[in-house]
Amino acid sequence: MLIDWFTVGAQVLNFLILVWLMKRFLYKPILNAIDAREKRIAKELADADATTAEARKEREEFQQKNDQFDQQRAALLSKAKDEAKTERQRLLDEARKAADVLSAKRQESLANDARNLNRAITRRTQDEVFAIARKTLTDLATTSLEERIGEVFTRRLRELNGEAKHVLAEALKTAAEPALVRSAFDLPTDQRAAIQVALNETFSAEIRVRFETAPDLVSGIELTTNGQKVAWSIADYLASLEQGVGELLKAKDNPKVEEAKPSSQDQ
Amino acid sequence: MRLSPDEIIFWQSGFFKLNATIVFTWALMLVLAVGAKLITCKLTTEHKRSRWQNLLEIVVTLIAKQIEEVGLAHPKKYLGFLGTLFLFVAAASLCTVIPGYEPPTGSLSTTTALALCVMVAVPLFGIAEQGVGNYFKSYIQPTFIMLPFNVISEISRTLALAVRLFGNMMSGAMIIGILLTITPFIFPIVMTALGLLTGMVQAYIFFILATVYIAAATRTREPKPEHALIT
Repeated sequence: MLIDWFTVGAQVLNFLILVWLMKRFLYKPILNAIDAREKRIAKELADADATTAEARKEREEFQQKNDQFDQQRAALLSKAKDEAKTERQRLLDEARKAADVLSAKRQESLANDARNLNRAITRRTQDEVFAIARKTLTDLATTSLEERIGEVFTRRLRELNGEAKHVLAEALKTAAEPALVRSAFDLPTDQRAAIQVALNETFSAEIRVRFETAPDLVSGIELTTNGQKVAWSIADYLASLEQGVGELLKAKDNPKVEEAKPSSQDQ
Repeated sequence: MRLSPDEIIFWQSGFFKLNATIVFTWALMLVLAVGAKLITCKLTTEHKRSRWQNLLEIVVTLIAKQIEEVGLAHPKKYLGFLGTLFLFVAAASLCTVIPGYEPPTGSLSTTTALALCVMVAVPLFGIAEQGVGNYFKSYIQPTFIMLPFNVISEISRTLALAVRLFGNMMSGAMIIGILLTITPFIFPIVMTALGLLTGMVQAYIFFILATVYIAAATRTREPKPEHALIT
């Protein structure tokens, strides 16, 4: 008999014990280890997915912020450009105004200079003319300039005629105050007498006269009464001289002003 | 000529005896249990693990996969019994390379014990899965006339399991024994290698047949889908 029943029973028992041992020492620990690892891997994968999702979300947020930043930057840049343009325009306007003011001041200063120069030239010319005339007259006829001026004035008085003489005579007669004779220099007594005589003879009456010295008359004599005036002075000559000099200066100044204008625009 | 290691008796006291089959079985049990314990006491769940752990994981997952492929939905439930069957038979065959070793599966007593275990386990798993009524109802399906045939089939397949494994293992040992007397060199080595192969094949056959029986017993009869009738 090949089957030994005791051995069969013992082997069944042995096999059952082996099943228990294998379960206890092999399958359970191995399966647990595999499960734990699978769980860990699944968790890692889930974590990786979560991280990826988070990274994607953060990237989108960053992209959005970047876009916003770009927009804000563009807006700020545009605003800054506008402000800079306005500021530039304002500065240009200010500079233009300042240039205009400066130019006006300069022109005014030039005009003042011209005026002062004219005045100086006039005065100098007057002095020179007087000096020359005085010297010439003294040299030629031993006559002073003042004497000659007096003579010229008396001659002009005597030469008055027509409407002018009549109007003046009326004025002299009706004047409440004595007629005023103004001269740039002190008239000598004989000259005063000569003028008084000439007046009396010309208007055939006793004319009351008051003499006065007025340096601004510019070497001349004038008779004023009741709004009428008879005068002789070199002021007329000087006025024409001044006019000539003024025109000359203006001709000189104009190119400068024209040159100065573009430069003010450049500022 | 010795046909079974049962015949080598180390100690006997009446009905109780200690023969080579039991001793070598204990030795196998010791090797398997201690080996498993030594390896699994240093298990790790990290990615990097020892080669032994890898080997055991491969073996266990392969067995579980095979069980699943046969048709058992929850292989972990059957892994203890079926896996141990395979490992015991495989280990018993592999150890034939050790000189002086007698495979316990070369004893009809052992194979009968294993087959009896399968014969008992099949209805136990079937009842656990389907319930007592449903399981025993399967014996009279499609008609009660089938009952004796089903019972005979249960017994005969158990007998077939036991005799098939015994025959193969015993013949392997016999062939090597005979060849050693005829051609003492080289050829027995080739036959030993062949014996390892047939041993592994037998282990796989024993395991897969047991799995198939359990799968057949645990499978609940599902009503045929309607569309199948239409087509």
